Amino acid sequence: MAKVNIKIDGHPIEVEKGSFILEAAKALGISIPTLCYYPHMTPYAACRICAVEIRDGKGWSKIVTACNYPVWDGMEVLTTTPRVLNARRVNLEMLMSQCAPVPVLQELAREFGIDKPRWGTGEDTCILCGLCVRICDEVVGAHALAFSDRGIHRRVATPFDDTSSDCILCGACASVCPTGHITMEDIDQRTVIHRDLTLGPNAAISLPFRQAVPNVPRIDPQRCIHFTTGGCGICSQVCPKECIHYDDVDTFEEIEAGAVIVATGFDNFDPTPLKQYGYGRYANVITAEEFERMNNAAGPTGGHVVLENGQEPRSIAIIHCVGSRDENHHSYCSRVCCMYALKFAHLVKEKTNAEVYQLYIDLRSFGKGYEEFYQRILDEGVNVIRGRGAEVIPSGNRRKDEGPLLVQCEDTLIGRFREIPVDMVILCTALEARRDAKETGRKFNISVGADGWFIEAHPKLAPVSTSTDGIFLAGTCQGAKDIPDTVAQGGAAAAQAMKLLCLGEVLLDAAYAEIDETYCSGCRLCNDLCAYSALEFDEAKKVSRINPALCKACGTCVAACPAGAITGRHFTDDQIYAQIEGMLT
Amino acid sequence: MSFEPKIIGFLCNWCSYTGADLAGTARMKYPANLMSIRVMCSGRVDPGFVLDAFRRGADGVLVCGCHPGDCHYVDGNHKCMRRMPLTRRIMKGMGIDPARLRLEWVSASEGARFREIVSEFTEQLRRMGPLELKEIEFDPALEGAHHA
Repeated sequence: MAKVNIKIDGHPIEVEKGSFILEAAKALGISIPTLCYYPHMTPYAACRICAVEIRDGKGWSKIVTACNYPVWDGMEVLTTTPRVLNARRVNLEMLMSQCAPVPVLQELAREFGIDKPRWGTGEDTCILCGLCVRICDEVVGAHALAFSDRGIHRRVATPFDDTSSDCILCGACASVCPTGHITMEDIDQRTVIHRDLTLGPNAAISLPFRQAVPNVPRIDPQRCIHFTTGGCGICSQVCPKECIHYDDVDTFEEIEAGAVIVATGFDNFDPTPLKQYGYGRYANVITAEEFERMNNAAGPTGGHVVLENGQEPRSIAIIHCVGSRDENHHSYCSRVCCMYALKFAHLVKEKTNAEVYQLYIDLRSFGKGYEEFYQRILDEGVNVIRGRGAEVIPSGNRRKDEGPLLVQCEDTLIGRFREIPVDMVILCTALEARRDAKETGRKFNISVGADGWFIEAHPKLAPVSTSTDGIFLAGTCQGAKDIPDTVAQGGAAAAQAMKLLCLGEVLLDAAYAEIDETYCSGCRLCNDLCAYSALEFDEAKKVSRINPALCKACGTCVAACPAGAITGRHFTDDQIYAQIEGMLT
Repeated sequence: MSFEPKIIGFLCNWCSYTGADLAGTARMKYPANLMSIRVMCSGRVDPGFVLDAFRRGADGVLVCGCHPGDCHYVDGNHKCMRRMPLTRRIMKGMGIDPARLRLEWVSASEGARFREIVSEFTEQLRRMGPLELKEIEFDPALEGAHHA
């Protein structure tokens, strides 16, 4: 591409021919105000605030819009002459005659010293910059918005002012709108601030979570505009390292390993089915995970405990055992909730003046220093009520100074039914096994218990091993546990794995099954019986084979073999028949 | 003297054999009619073992494994659970009362349950009397009819 030399405010710069003044000024760090410019979209020169003066050095000069005026060799650009400032001021005043209350215009007006626009003040909020129309056409490719009518009636609209079926609800128009004229209506009745409380990604391209390994963003093809419409592609244009490859596909890698540690973690119980708590119905009923997110200084609320309307809560109820210790959901105790609920109370007391109510069945502060922490919470003035939260209902604002939610419960210590008005309810949801635990278990030959947790080889003597040698468990995939326990188990699993790796060889048990290939008919009856995948079929020789390192000597295949080709060492047919004979004669 | 049945028991190594052991160490008394054979898993019990025991004069056969879902070998007991009803069908064809074969789940902690099962099974066999196997004469005509 040919290069041309221009000067902006006296600074020389070499730029590509055909590029625009605004881009060159940006490269030099000279700021030119604009309302309708957005990189990667065709400039439109609608707002005309980016006015600059150009000169050819021979006495000719002209006021042009910097965003869409192409550069030519020898051009001199001036951005701060009285003529330029006057042009911008006039343009701004004309915009304000339509849309005075818009914050960006107000700010610019302050900058330009406009107290009272000469042509009056309008109450509209759309400056007709066309960003929304252009982004929908050029970037998103949905073509759901367009300008409608002409002259003073010109406005942005959907076809026939109806809900557009072409709109994919991506929100791009709302995000580029400089004046806030376009807003996203609440679709799922939760406001944006509370919707961001989820740990999951909010954008189509994001880090799965902050501590993710590897710490790189990923694209969700279901939400990405590029993958759904073929448009956009902004991320690849802005990435300076050119790391975005839309044609990347999943690849499978085979890793040879001497040991496997399964640490697949847990899922959070979804409290929506527990209709009595109103999760999803009342915006200020949130889960513990969402509250944790709220407490994060780097989170959506900057670490402030706020209600959906942004105000500080006056009272908070924390309901324990939501989904755990409940015959209808999980009968086990999730172990961590009591202590984090107490921590929540402490944090709330530290950050706000809110009254805190803990509604528990049994407080299980069993660990080191836990009971002391409980005592400290009591000293801090937290109300601890023994009784499961029965229902959360709207209070109907019986009193203005009380919270809009009523938590009903039976206080079993005073033997009374209580109704507690609160602003916010936190549900301590159960830890539950991963949705795909069964599948993972099948992959690694780990048995899965009725609750979905992986079963260890022995509950007391081998808590990190599984029934398959060389496969170990760590963390909550084996059962609900807190961080110290998880760290301890992880360390133990690592040590167990290291033991195998350092040994370098596997000691085989003397008892395992063997196949006599001369008798094997290749019926493959035994293949599906083995729970340890120790049986493989040799397609070339049409016989089954047993891997003695994987065989656990259960003998199920021995009993099944119709040809008697399989021998279970130390428990052979001959030995057992001899025992029967010996006992009965 | 009353009839004392002979029972052959196939006990899985991990649950039932340990359960029987517990009954012993806890000094629980159960009939000496049962003679146990240890197998690694109830899934190892070949129907041939059961039939051989009856052929050699056993009056009853007891197969014990871990409770479903608790198998040391993931699901060996499930395989046993499917084999035993088929074995009973063969027994019926041979003129042996299927009730003489029992399949029970005994965990390592259920010593008392093991005692109950053995006592009850012994009592039941006592009532049923000794197993009398009849010689079945080979009838070529019948054999032919089967294949027709």
